Amino acid sequence: MQLTYRKAFKTILVRDLTIAIRHRDDIFNPLLFFIITVSLFPLGIGPEANTLMKIAPGIIWVAALLATLLSLERLFKNDHADGSLEQLLLSPCPTFVLVLAKITAHWIITGLPLIIIAPLLGVLLNLHQDSYLALMLTLLIGTPVLSLLGAIGVALTVGIKKGGVLLSLLILPLYIPVLIFATSAIDAASMNLPYDGQLAIIGAIFVGSLTLAPFAVGSALKVSIN
Amino acid sequence: MWKWLHPYSNPQTTYNLCGTLTPWFAGISAILLTIGLAMSLVFSPPDYQQGESVRIFYIHVPSAMLSMGIYLGMAISALCALVWQMKLTETSIAAMAPVGATFTAIALFTGAAWGKPMWGTWWVWDARLTSELILLFLYLGVIALHNAFEDKELAGKAASVLALVGVINLPIIHYSVEWWNTLHQGATISKFDKPSMSTDMLIPFAISFFGFAFMVASLICIRFKAEIIARNSMRPWVKALAMEKEAN
Amino acid sequence: MSNTTNLLTANKLTCIREDRLLFEELSFTVNPGDIIQIEGANGTGKTSLLRILAGLSQPYSGNVLYKDTPINDSEEEYKADLLFLGHLAGVKGEMSSEENLQFYLTMHGLDASVAEETLSEVSLYGFEDALASHLSAGQHRRIALARLWQSKSKIWILDEPFTAIDKAGVKKLEDLFLQHAEHGGAVILTTHQDLSLKSSNFHKIVLTHQFI
Repeated sequence: MQLTYRKAFKTILVRDLTIAIRHRDDIFNPLLFFIITVSLFPLGIGPEANTLMKIAPGIIWVAALLATLLSLERLFKNDHADGSLEQLLLSPCPTFVLVLAKITAHWIITGLPLIIIAPLLGVLLNLHQDSYLALMLTLLIGTPVLSLLGAIGVALTVGIKKGGVLLSLLILPLYIPVLIFATSAIDAASMNLPYDGQLAIIGAIFVGSLTLAPFAVGSALKVSIN
Repeated sequence: MWKWLHPYSNPQTTYNLCGTLTPWFAGISAILLTIGLAMSLVFSPPDYQQGESVRIFYIHVPSAMLSMGIYLGMAISALCALVWQMKLTETSIAAMAPVGATFTAIALFTGAAWGKPMWGTWWVWDARLTSELILLFLYLGVIALHNAFEDKELAGKAASVLALVGVINLPIIHYSVEWWNTLHQGATISKFDKPSMSTDMLIPFAISFFGFAFMVASLICIRFKAEIIARNSMRPWVKALAMEKEAN
Repeated sequence: MSNTTNLLTANKLTCIREDRLLFEELSFTVNPGDIIQIEGANGTGKTSLLRILAGLSQPYSGNVLYKDTPINDSEEEYKADLLFLGHLAGVKGEMSSEENLQFYLTMHGLDASVAEETLSEVSLYGFEDALASHLSAGQHRRIALARLWQSKSKIWILDEPFTAIDKAGVKKLEDLFLQHAEHGGAVILTTHQDLSLKSSNFHKIVLTHQFI
């Protein structure tokens, strides 16, 4: 019986999703964090509708970055602690396949719920009505990038005892381009301007990180389990 | 092709080489900086628009260029470390990162100091300053990651991966920040672009740039020596060296 | 080097951990049929050696050869022919014992449908549907060990396989090792117990504290 890449990918994906579903806090806590952070801003800035409308894209995206960051540790931390990470790395399937499978699972568990809940938060922040589609699209293309780049950071810090704060220091600067282009796309949409250029750039960043990140994660993991 | 490099995969040879180079680099740097800074800070003409404050340019721009250059050098070392498994190049990352971070900080500080007379405020989200700020974050990330590992060899490898990821991202970040800047600030800032240099500015600039570059080289050599010693403390040659120092 | 290919060769391995020299220029070969026990007091680098052999850690100098090719160059072939069980069982608490075993069998390209009967080999019959988080550490260990019964890998590297295993279980495992060796496999293990293995190919490698 041969282990094809597809089968290995599917096996790991199903395993990670099963674990997440049996351990639901992992899904809901980052989501709650996302909602609470966003709802703090009107309290801090004031409920004036125009101000909120102006800053809504930035707030939603920054909160999404932070929520992703919060959920990232789980990507490899538990596996590292119970020894299944080294077993995965020793399995005959190439490292990039298993890394991609784990990142995909992470995105389904954390990225997808963010996309679904984001329009609701748009309502809370009085987001411009023409911006909703842009918000969803940027999140749809952008959140996988967050998972991919974040995985590099987790892979580097998984062996360190207090890696949490360090992780944010390593990863947040790398998130800046996505943040810039996503918020500008949403802004452009609110002014009825075309925003496919920004989307295309985020798409390019996505393809780039999809091809390169798994290899970076692979070599980082090799260092971390040493 | 790699044969001539081979002796330098030996820590001791590299240590000695750095020891020989340091005084030369430091000396050249001292001479160039004395000439360059005297020319630029005292003798060069004030700018007709910016007045005397243009002199910050002679420190700000070299340190900004060097801060990027050092990051590039770090990434090249990282690539060698990961591809050819050269242990010494990992060590060199630890030597370069703090120097690079310092020069980034200098560039930021002088940039802010330049901003005060120009814009009347210490900080403007100008494209170059913002890029420098993010570069500083990247440097601090590499340093923090390096410090977080107990085992220095692992630290070097992890820092190599991060430096490579950083250098791939750096142009993207730089471009996106520049684009963001034009989007949000339009025409407010153009003064911060390099003033088109006349020869009486270019010469002092070039001299002080190379002065700073040699200063960076000597600092890196000194740090590199320290890192080599720290990692080879149980080697006989290091012990012999320590004995020798003690005897003097 | 002899003309018959060695299964695994340790070539002048030196290991340094946090400025401490664990072993220096260690060389040995592993042939089909060998059972090798790594002995030594705590802190002499037994686990480090096993992890280097498995390719999880990099030695300070030297290399490990699988069929005369460095394992870094023949990674996938080597991984397909290797079964490594470390200190940690690698069992997920959120999955049942059967699911855990099935996962590892699938990942090694083996038939996952035999997981249930394999669990009875390590006397976990009746626990196959229990979530692993409800089981003890010894039971986790046995889930991991169950993979040995199905493994088609030639090289087994086992770190303390007998911890938390009762006498009957130890006997069963020893028999399995002998059987594996007879079929041309090789076992490299560490243990604090005395092995009662009667085999001509049973060797010991002793690691001692290094003083410099």
